[in-house]
Amino acid sequence: MARLDARDKQTIQKIEKLAESVLKSVTGGKNPFVEIPVRSLANVEFNTRRRLIELRDQKQKRYFFNVGMAKKFMQTFLVSDACRELIESKKTTSIRDLYYMTKHTLGETKQNTFEEQEESDPIIEDLEVAIDSLREELHLFATGRGSMVGPMTIRDSGDTIDLRRMGSGGWSVPSIVEEHVVELKKHEAKYVLLLEKDAVWKRFNEDKFWQREKCIIVTGQGQPPRGVRRLVQRLHSELGLPVYVLVDNDPWGFYIYSVLKQGSINLAYESMRMAVPKARFIGLSSFDKAKFELPSNVAIKMNEQDSSRAKQMLAYPWFKDARWQREIGEMLRSGEKYELEALSRRGISFITEEYLPRKLRERDWLE
Amino acid sequence: MAAKVKGARDDAATEKVEKRRVVAQIELVMTGDARTTARPRRAASAAAEDPATDSEPVPVSAPVQAGAPASGPPKSPTRRATAEQMAQKQREISISEFFTKNRHLLGFDNPSKALLTTIKEAVDNSLDACEEAGILPEITVEVRDLAWESSLAGDLTKGEGRFVVVVEDNGPGIVKAQVPKIFGKLLYGSKFHRLKQSRGQQGIGISAAAMYGQLTTGSPIRVTSRTGKGKPAHLFEIQIDTRKNNPVVSRDDELAEWHQEHGTRVELEIVANWQQGQRFVNRYVEHTALANPHATLHYQRPRQEKLTFPRATSELPKEALEIKPHPHGVELGALMLMAAESKSHDVKGFLQTAYSRMSPAVADEILERAAFKGRVRPRNLAEDRALAEKLQKAIGDTKIMAPPTNCLSPIGDELMKKGLVSFLGVIETEAPEEEEQLDLDHAGKKKTSRKEKEAKAEAPEVPDASPEEGVEKIKGHNYFISTVTRPPKVYRGNPFQVEVGLAYGGSWPADKPIELFRFANRVPLLFQRGACGVTDAIVKTDWRNYLLSQPKGSLPVGPMALLVHIASVWVPFTSESKEAVAHYPEIIREIQLAAQECGRKLAGHIRKKQHADYQAQRRGIFELYIEEVAQALGKITGKSPQPIKREFMRVAEKVTEAEAEKIGGAEAEKVGGAEAERVSDADLEEQDKEPSAAPEEGKKPTRRRKRRSEAEGE
Repeated sequence: MARLDARDKQTIQKIEKLAESVLKSVTGGKNPFVEIPVRSLANVEFNTRRRLIELRDQKQKRYFFNVGMAKKFMQTFLVSDACRELIESKKTTSIRDLYYMTKHTLGETKQNTFEEQEESDPIIEDLEVAIDSLREELHLFATGRGSMVGPMTIRDSGDTIDLRRMGSGGWSVPSIVEEHVVELKKHEAKYVLLLEKDAVWKRFNEDKFWQREKCIIVTGQGQPPRGVRRLVQRLHSELGLPVYVLVDNDPWGFYIYSVLKQGSINLAYESMRMAVPKARFIGLSSFDKAKFELPSNVAIKMNEQDSSRAKQMLAYPWFKDARWQREIGEMLRSGEKYELEALSRRGISFITEEYLPRKLRERDWLE
Repeated sequence: MAAKVKGARDDAATEKVEKRRVVAQIELVMTGDARTTARPRRAASAAAEDPATDSEPVPVSAPVQAGAPASGPPKSPTRRATAEQMAQKQREISISEFFTKNRHLLGFDNPSKALLTTIKEAVDNSLDACEEAGILPEITVEVRDLAWESSLAGDLTKGEGRFVVVVEDNGPGIVKAQVPKIFGKLLYGSKFHRLKQSRGQQGIGISAAAMYGQLTTGSPIRVTSRTGKGKPAHLFEIQIDTRKNNPVVSRDDELAEWHQEHGTRVELEIVANWQQGQRFVNRYVEHTALANPHATLHYQRPRQEKLTFPRATSELPKEALEIKPHPHGVELGALMLMAAESKSHDVKGFLQTAYSRMSPAVADEILERAAFKGRVRPRNLAEDRALAEKLQKAIGDTKIMAPPTNCLSPIGDELMKKGLVSFLGVIETEAPEEEEQLDLDHAGKKKTSRKEKEAKAEAPEVPDASPEEGVEKIKGHNYFISTVTRPPKVYRGNPFQVEVGLAYGGSWPADKPIELFRFANRVPLLFQRGACGVTDAIVKTDWRNYLLSQPKGSLPVGPMALLVHIASVWVPFTSESKEAVAHYPEIIREIQLAAQECGRKLAGHIRKKQHADYQAQRRGIFELYIEEVAQALGKITGKSPQPIKREFMRVAEKVTEAEAEKIGGAEAEKVGGAEAERVSDADLEEQDKEPSAAPEEGKKPTRRRKRRSEAEGE
């Protein structure tokens, strides 16, 4: 067996401890269980002081001798064993890989241990919270997504990368961006700009916005994956860069901002490492359409789902701020939503040359 | 006069006008009606003025101009024959002739149906005779393919061909003198004039079959009969004189020897379609065996092994008694007819002798209500409609006890059950149709194939069905059988009784509509299912209450056969071919009540079964997963998985059903929560709605609200 570092040893010990506890209860003739913190809205709270969504201490016992839980119990240990094997062989793999590693047919039935990846992914998250280990400590990563460029140099897995010379595609943000993988080096950036859409990011890159404005531009292509969120958080906390978020003017866009800012319910246990409570919402604001004289024909009518979603957001504790209430209220009032691309109506580079500079100049953002 | 008209008709076209006038005059003479005479005349004159429009209908304007009423045909049609001419053609129609033109009314629509009807009529007669005589019936049904037999090679006749149908019984036999009339004369029988539950009613069936054979093949019906030991057997060949509806005996031999001590053998050569008709015949024989558990049936088909349905009981059904009609069902004409036939001197005597439930007190009450003036004899009733009507009204207004119901002979709960068991025993081995369905079901979810089932039954760890009441194991298949016999009821003065039996499970296909077996007086009804009141009653019953699925307006779906039997002294069929029961609300109601009663028992069984399935499934799940868990735990902890597995199995056994149930119940809420876990960030909305997975559910809302208000405060 290869030599493991302290952190890996610790993770393996945790997995072993979990298994031992099950063996102990079975030998004692008891119904064995795994205790897993509940990852649902019921068990998260908004820490108003730290401005983070945090997991509370509510736990769920996953019993083996329970028809509804037996399969998940079994799956939990299949995943545990697979992770132990990964760590011991010093390999890191994707969660999709893990799904295939642990998938096999049960006995002589037509049942599989896992029918689809959607089944194995939450089990991995369960394991993470159950043994309080991060995904990367389990030697797993999710599919990477997201691009970044900016006046900055980094070291990624030992390679020095100049983010000023990444061409049109940018540096693709890996899934694991912890210090031992990505080191932040020299930079002259003044802030970080997170863009919801890849297409908009491309516009900013092509217009060399980052060069002109001395900023790092990054996109998560929709809801940013863990890698992007973690990296933005590091840029913020380690380099003290302010973070601006530019998303569509719709509930979904607002929610992307909200997740970056406070963390998500599902990954509440990682909020500490992921969330940027001071992230600023720069646009698109519901009031921008008037301010920037957007014609009404670029608006999209909100559907029922949008409206109910927006109404829900009104009730979230982290949107209780009066300015946010006004912002969401305006969207509901108008019944319209706007995409970032709608700004192109005013000119192809309107967004990089006029819109954003003006917003920043006027300090027209929400926190 | 007639000849003259004929002459006019033959005349050339140019003389039509003349002819028309002649015809019109004739009409005038004949009808002698002023209104009708006026019109043809005018029409004729109008036609004369304009010969071009002669053959055309007279314009509507003509009568209007003439000021005649606008109603009535604009022109009377050409008379074609006189009443005298027509009278020459009018003569009595023999019932036999009527039949030759209307065979479909009696079930001889086509060769495949004719095959079934022929067999059915003969078997019905045999069973009736045996029961009436008090003999346990043993009946042989044989179908022979003549073309195949003569070639002795090749395939059976495809489509239409000549077949011989033989039905033999061990009944009382028929006295020599009666044989020709019974088989060679339509509407001759013993059952028509009485009110008694029997299969046959009109005395038309077997002679109709004989007529059908004679019409299609020219061969006479052959009847062999013997009335008892020491008496000779007689062999007849009988033809029917279709014009006179009379038998013509073409052969009458006394047989020196016959293998039956007593009984009757009927042989008919007919044109039939075995290929298409056999499934009906198969079904008829099967179902007859089912509804007549006291009978043994032998069934010999071309090129197939003889099939025997042994009797399930050696107890004869209760003898059906003959009853007098109930006064409340009697119509006016019938009343007058009965009065005319009455031998009584007074109306009271007539009422008491002709009707059931007519006590002297009731008869007096009726007479008082009728308030006849003077002395009225039954004969007067027959002659005077007003009197009869008075009496009928009085009868209707008087409360009279329901008719006696002891005249009915239902199959009975127990025997119906026995019949179902023995029927299922035979069709489990037979019934190629069911085999096919089984294969289809192989892919189906609910149903396992026979092979799998047998494997299961053999496996020691899967126990046979618990000795649940009503569950019968037949050839390795478990059937739940439930039967209900309703108390007798009355419709239109006719007593009737409904019985329902069901067989659930076994190898019936689970994803098809149930099999509905309809019977009337123990005779299977095979056609016109959709038009039958029985089907209607079953369709209108809500089977979803009894845990079967049921598409709207259809039979329920499930692995079930449902038997519905109506016993009555007079079953209201919708037609003479006796294929469907009429929609009498009283009857439909009774069927539904019986079906519901059976259904309730069925629901109990299904629930038990679902529970047992669930338990077995649970054990299976645990066993399946233990293997995996033990392997994984073994690898993680570096221990051998075998001992771990044993420990788990030990606990699995310990976790008894009750315990596990308790755990399962307590954790049920959490399972829901576990589902919620899966939801990704994007689906927060869903999570909001999801009942949360919290053991401390009760406290939470207050806490959350508190936090929120805190957040607001900031």
